[in-house]
Amino acid sequence: MGLLGTGILKGLGVTLRHFIDTYAEDLKYILNKSGVQQPRPLRRQSPKARGLVTVEYPRERLPLPENFRYVPFLVYDTEKQDDKCTSCGICAKVCPPQCIWIVRTEDPVTKRPVPQPKEFYIDTTICMNCGYCAEFCPFDAIKMDHDYELSYYPHQEPHARLVQDKAELTKPDTYHASIHPTDWHRELEDRAAEEAKKKAAAEAKAKADAAKAAGGSAAPGAAGAKPATPAAAATTSKPAPPKAEDKPADAAGEASDQ
Amino acid sequence: MAEETTPPTSAEPAASKPAVPARPAAAAGGAKPTAAAKPAGHAAPKGPPLATLTPELAQLQQQFGESVIAPAPYVGVLVNDLGKLREVMTYVRDQLGFDMLANATAVDYIKEGYIEVVYHPQRSKGGEPITLKVRVPRGNDPVAPTEVAVPSLVPVYAGAEFQEREIYDMFGVRFEGHPDLRRILTWEGFYGWPLRKDWREPYYEGDTKPFESRWPGGHHQLAEERVPWQDNVNYPPGFDPLNFQANPDAGLYDSMLGGVPGVEVEPNGQAQRSPQPKGVGASVPVLDRNYNNLADDEELQTDQIIVNMGPQHPSTHGVLRMVVKLDGETVTDLKLVLGYLHRNHEKIGERNTWLHNIPYTDRLDYICGIANELGYVITVEKMMGIKPTERAEYLRVIMTELTRIESHFWAIGFLLNDLGAFYTPALYFITERDLILDLFESVTGSRLMCNYMRFGGVSRDLTEDQIMRARELAFERIPRKIDELEQLLTDNEIIKARTIGVGYLPAERSINYSLTGPCLRAAGVPYDIRRVDPYSIYDRFDFDIPVFYGADVYDRYRVRVAEMRQSLRIVQQALNQLDQTKPGDIQAGKKAYNHRVPAGQAYGRVETPKGELGFYLVSDGGQNAYRYHVRSSSFINLNSLKEMTVGQKVADAVVILGSLDIVLGEVDR
Amino acid sequence: MAELTNANMPEELQNDPRVPDDLKNNVFITSLDKIYNWGRKRSVWPMLFGLACCAIEMIATAASRHDLSRFGWELMRASPRQADLMIVSGTVTKKMIPQIVRLYNQMPEPRYVIAMGACATAGGPFKEGYNVVSGVDKFIPVDVYITGCPPRPEALLHSFIKLQEKIEKQSLRNVPWYRKGEEDVIPVPVLGPDLVDPRRAQEIKGKAEQIAEGQPAA
Ligand code: SF4
Repeated sequence: MGLLGTGILKGLGVTLRHFIDTYAEDLKYILNKSGVQQPRPLRRQSPKARGLVTVEYPRERLPLPENFRYVPFLVYDTEKQDDKCTSCGICAKVCPPQCIWIVRTEDPVTKRPVPQPKEFYIDTTICMNCGYCAEFCPFDAIKMDHDYELSYYPHQEPHARLVQDKAELTKPDTYHASIHPTDWHRELEDRAAEEAKKKAAAEAKAKADAAKAAGGSAAPGAAGAKPATPAAAATTSKPAPPKAEDKPADAAGEASDQ
Repeated sequence: MAEETTPPTSAEPAASKPAVPARPAAAAGGAKPTAAAKPAGHAAPKGPPLATLTPELAQLQQQFGESVIAPAPYVGVLVNDLGKLREVMTYVRDQLGFDMLANATAVDYIKEGYIEVVYHPQRSKGGEPITLKVRVPRGNDPVAPTEVAVPSLVPVYAGAEFQEREIYDMFGVRFEGHPDLRRILTWEGFYGWPLRKDWREPYYEGDTKPFESRWPGGHHQLAEERVPWQDNVNYPPGFDPLNFQANPDAGLYDSMLGGVPGVEVEPNGQAQRSPQPKGVGASVPVLDRNYNNLADDEELQTDQIIVNMGPQHPSTHGVLRMVVKLDGETVTDLKLVLGYLHRNHEKIGERNTWLHNIPYTDRLDYICGIANELGYVITVEKMMGIKPTERAEYLRVIMTELTRIESHFWAIGFLLNDLGAFYTPALYFITERDLILDLFESVTGSRLMCNYMRFGGVSRDLTEDQIMRARELAFERIPRKIDELEQLLTDNEIIKARTIGVGYLPAERSINYSLTGPCLRAAGVPYDIRRVDPYSIYDRFDFDIPVFYGADVYDRYRVRVAEMRQSLRIVQQALNQLDQTKPGDIQAGKKAYNHRVPAGQAYGRVETPKGELGFYLVSDGGQNAYRYHVRSSSFINLNSLKEMTVGQKVADAVVILGSLDIVLGEVDR
Repeated sequence: MAELTNANMPEELQNDPRVPDDLKNNVFITSLDKIYNWGRKRSVWPMLFGLACCAIEMIATAASRHDLSRFGWELMRASPRQADLMIVSGTVTKKMIPQIVRLYNQMPEPRYVIAMGACATAGGPFKEGYNVVSGVDKFIPVDVYITGCPPRPEALLHSFIKLQEKIEKQSLRNVPWYRKGEEDVIPVPVLGPDLVDPRRAQEIKGKAEQIAEGQPAA
């Protein structure tokens, strides 16, 4: 123990250093005219930075990490002009606070389910932004949004805005690609792999048919030329999404139990 | 610098404790519990029920014969004879050395018609807890508590006080001989016993999730539109709101008012302040500056007053309510009123599927969400018998230890706030904390509610960039900032004057109160679950358990600082070893969303920044937990607040509370 | 909020679809109003009052990185008497709502309420819990809602900007706090067998009787 009061002085030294740092750091920034600089908010948040850390929010923004999650949205496939969602119901089941409601489309004639949601609601007043829906969706049809500027003052019906229906939830996949580039990239790869696999399967089938038509003699050769078809299906990182049968969700889940 | 190598027996530091605690400046005591601390041949029930008994339980059975039975398959032993419970527990505590009641809870077995009260005593020297149970018939009355009362264990384990009150509140089990058996999380007059299986919440939709109404015909409906009261309420039939007596605090003041003159407690339990003239009160001696009593005729006539602090109070760390009785500025009695943030975590947890609960555990102690997730996930893994991959284990450790650092930054900042250093230290530390949270956000997607753990793995791997960032933080930034923190605070004379000797609670009292976490280690007990009952891969790292002996606020602060350094060591080692594991290999088995957990029960626990966080889970083999109980350290640590505070100044009461570092989300759940 | 009247708005403006609904009441923003609101919107003092997880993000908003003071919302006051804004940051429980209503009643006009996070907005993930109030707006009027669990600090700042917008649109002519007469006091809910809202007492009584008689209370 030193002299009484040295402890306090030491502490005051720290605050003084912080005070000086706030100016020193900015001076360095201003004086350093050499070439490219990190944008200010980033520079201020880097682990090496000293001095001010403030991000002047409406003018400056911190870049959001790709994984960032706020409320979910539905992805609309702009290429196929269709919802990606097949209304399999997995997201509604994994949602911990049960904030997702889905009405499945039915074929008006056969009454068989059609892989498309008729209605889709997310009650954002219950949503806990956990990200399970996006994580467990086998079709990459629901993703977590980055738009956090959702606060509003009520005009009339206070909560009308917070229960979002399908129209409000749907956003194009170009938007998804812009906020989740890595994820999107993976999706494209998956899709390409799947296309290739489908093509290969189709080709194999065509050949087999042709062989059959030719009378059996060419069949072994055709099979030998395309041996990889089933193996390729097994090795693609994502198994082919089960085409919405009656309950693909349960089947998949049940299987994974064991 | 005394290096403490063996854990002291609980009585040791206390016995040698002078009135003003001398502080052997023990730095990090590398207190590895020796093999002796772990009972040899200890075969604790793991996961699915085993009929084998631990040696302790076998010994117990020998000692008490018929009154302690263990019907196979059964986890733990059943104390058959309720009257003997206290005797058995005293034996467990004194003869078997299980000096700390880790957990007490209950399970409503509605089909069998009884409620089982479960106790988990443990040794402060380490090892796994043992399980003892008693049964009481549950009765079918919705409002009446059980007819048969369980003898209260408060005389044996002081830490049972709040836990028994919670069981009473949630299950309606009466405890005989409890000093203050009132509702704790809900309020007096609440209708029914919420955690009983036949009790339904107003928005009840189904026993278990997922609810049928969501898919395939999920037309959105607000919960309000579904229920008769159009709100989240439920009243008993014939309830008359215009004509009823509400007294949610019934019984609260009565026990405190005994010493307040001018107040008579009437037989009906209602305290009445009789119209006495002012100035008639307990006479308090007037002291001169040297605490000598001045002449009798100079005595003042003073009054004791009761002050409510909270639930809205800047220094109660949320919505805690402290009711203090003051004599001048000295606290003479203290009662806590909890439940202002009771969010029904356990009831919801029993409706949820196993997976659903992970993000909910984030909201228990929202300062250190990942640490809570780990506790839950390893308990479920224990029951399912799966093991996470190597890489996942490392990621878990890295994230959990970063959480510990972040949480201690927060705790110290706000302790200083309570001391009156308003916001400057807190601001500095929140800045550092934000950097850690940035990492969490970029990995998991959210700053606080990370939802990172999965059964058998974690949700996301660290990318190269993120590892770089973590390294920068762990090797460079945070060590520097912890040094700065120490420069700023540790030697500060004002802080020392305010904290040394304040909130003193000796080791053996702390153990009796089931105090855990940094507060217990500040009392000289090297009890840290990462060491005494290792989980995950903590046995691979080289780190110390910091122990201090002052048992006061200052040492609680120092323990936290030392722990941050140790956590850094762990993070550094884990980051260095991370590249020995396979990138991307973060999930054992196939990722699934509807797990079935084999029937059975387990008590799993981890060391969170606040102390021991335990999960007591009972599964009936389905997709949901039959019983989901959280043993929260913040809640149980509060048991001891009264003893720490009584006799101190009221200004120190908030400091002592700050040093306990509670988070209301975990206290009230 | 008091009844706003359209009495002094020209007919054609009232019917003009280009005028937003909000503005219809406030077309006559005088320069005095501008000065008045300019001062007010830059000196809103929030109450130091946290409920749950969201409060942690609220504190983070007040800390160095986001620095609430940039908006002139300088000080968090621990006393409702000195505060203009209540940020309901977290889960509102039945046990807590009487205190919240009391605090609200104690705040002097002009006063504003921000419901921060899903819980304060409508119950959030804990909505199904038996001790949780489904949104603080069941009892006190809310000016700005933020969804998210928890909202990022930036999202909270965004709500401040929204509140400033709202303040800007108020006019001296019809703000409720210069009216004569008694202030509206919200009756404090009571904790009985469950939470009792005194404003609904009659209705509750009726239904409870119906249920006691065995009829379904629709
Ligand atoms: S909205 Fe989410 S973060 Fe906020 S209080 Fe509720 S549970 Fe906590």
